[in-house]
Amino acid sequence: MGWAIALHGGAGDIPRSLPLERRETREAAIRHCLQIGVDALKAHRSPLDVVEVVVRELENHPHFNAGRGSVLTSNGTVEMEACIMDGNTKRCGAVSGLITVKNPISLARLVMEKTPHIYLGFDGAEAFAREQGVEMVDSTHFITPENIERLKQAKKANRVQLDYTQPIKKVDEIPVSDGDSQIGTVGCVAVDGHGNLATATSTGGFVNKMVGRIGDTPIVGAGTYANNFCAVSATGKGEAIIRGTIARDVAALMEYKGLSLKDAAKYVVEGAPSGTTGLIAVSAKGEVTMPLNTSGMYRACATEDGYTEMAIWPGETCD
Amino acid sequence: MGGWAIAVHGGAGVDPNLPQERQEEAKQLLTRCLNLGISSLRSSSSAIDVVELVVRELESDPLFNSGRGSALTENGTVEMEASIMDGSGRRCGAVSGITTVKNPISLARLVMEKSPHSYLAFSGAEAFAKQQGVETVDNNYFITEDNIGMLKLAKEANSIMFDYRIPLAGSESCSAVVESPIQMNGLPISVYAPETVGCVVVDSEGRCAAATSTGGLMNKMTGEGEAIIRGTLARDVAALMEYKGLNLQEAVDYVIKKRLDNGKAGLIAVSNNGEVAYGFNSVGMFRGCATEDGFMDVSIWE
Repeated sequence: MGWAIALHGGAGDIPRSLPLERRETREAAIRHCLQIGVDALKAHRSPLDVVEVVVRELENHPHFNAGRGSVLTSNGTVEMEACIMDGNTKRCGAVSGLITVKNPISLARLVMEKTPHIYLGFDGAEAFAREQGVEMVDSTHFITPENIERLKQAKKANRVQLDYTQPIKKVDEIPVSDGDSQIGTVGCVAVDGHGNLATATSTGGFVNKMVGRIGDTPIVGAGTYANNFCAVSATGKGEAIIRGTIARDVAALMEYKGLSLKDAAKYVVEGAPSGTTGLIAVSAKGEVTMPLNTSGMYRACATEDGYTEMAIWPGETCD
Repeated sequence: MGGWAIAVHGGAGVDPNLPQERQEEAKQLLTRCLNLGISSLRSSSSAIDVVELVVRELESDPLFNSGRGSALTENGTVEMEASIMDGSGRRCGAVSGITTVKNPISLARLVMEKSPHSYLAFSGAEAFAKQQGVETVDNNYFITEDNIGMLKLAKEANSIMFDYRIPLAGSESCSAVVESPIQMNGLPISVYAPETVGCVVVDSEGRCAAATSTGGLMNKMTGEGEAIIRGTLARDVAALMEYKGLNLQEAVDYVIKKRLDNGKAGLIAVSNNGEVAYGFNSVGMFRGCATEDGFMDVSIWE
């Protein structure tokens, strides 16, 4: 028993040829966010606070697809979503269709704590944000030049791009940001020394997604889930994660089949269609696991006994 | 492999003082829907076609809270949502914030089949509906005298909370409502309180499908629907069969007892070998079911 924390910056098709400078920017951000989480756990902050703080930091970072840096809809707008859940009480909050809230994850927490509901969306969620006085910014805050270019490419190819899908390569075209053009969901899971668990996930969705599209992130049990066994945050192809109720299934396998955290997570990720799913999870006992069936996932973890790791591709870690 | 089976519901949580003639109307509608589904199954329609057909019928009839007859928002308008799921391939589609689409369940199916996504909401969903050319109507079409009366009552008691809620996508069919339907936020309610309609079907080839549609709650209670989200209720019925080896009825009983905490809800379910089951911890649930061997039941109370 002891505290443990894991975080991710999205799973998808991340080529091993990823330019070093792009990789380093993200790795530095992941390391920085992990440290913030570790410090918060050491200061005995609740796992719920820890996951919120870490995800806020990831949302503020423009190189991840959540908050600032969110990818664009087919109309060139951002529509962000987020979900937070407390394991022991199973209290949860989720938001979709946000266009001006600086930190969607904190609004999700307010839905959990200040409303009788779990899930607010679009105009109603924005109205609730104003009423609560959370920080709001012009939607241009979220839009980066890279994401404008990504949308252009996706439109040219007439498709919705998955997290980290390789940009379209044409000889006469200069790839804008080869290898990191598609940036994924972000998430954090944490457990303290008393077995209190929490999870948080935040995303801008898919490049060129239809306006109004809701993905797996805010769906309790799909992209995000915590109970008294474990806390899970998933990333990848949202539609597959919804169908597979990925996050709930990790917990259900522990609860109903008696599997360990690692075995449960492995079973779920291996059972999902190849190239669609990655997840991070911690158990009440302080175990941590970060399996994926995509070509890569930005991820890191740390436990109280001093173990820490950071990885992008499979096989780099014990998973 | 068993034969086909079908179950329908018109919501859980019924006013115990619901007038007899209202009870009869509800039973007649449930019977009509069951018969519609049964004849469709006999002519070898697939499970997904049958659940869509039956829920369309429930949406089109003003009796229950979905489609025409949906509960009103504080602005006196209707905002609907629906979800459909095909067990084979676990394909699913869902819509929220629908204001002009005559049959939200059919739009949910189009999201499943004609979009790269699983879930569309509000203006994006309405734009998709226009693009797909589904039948749309003026919002007034959905509004009934009964619901105008209920909204008036609620407004007089000044207890309205505008409903921004979004449901869970892609689940089997389940529905939740008011614990003590005599009182809804302190209001006497003698019309239909229940929140949702739904249908689940397994066809003779063992394919399962589920469809759920709702107009949302006129007036937010402590949110019984939230207990269903938190308990991942529909998935857990399936997970208990898959991971714990329970049979359908055992799994249904377990989730009603153990997964709802203090929430009140009901659900209907069918299995791929032709079993049918239901469960609820509310006061009554409008429901009906039938199986290929000739069994048929329509009831409201325990």
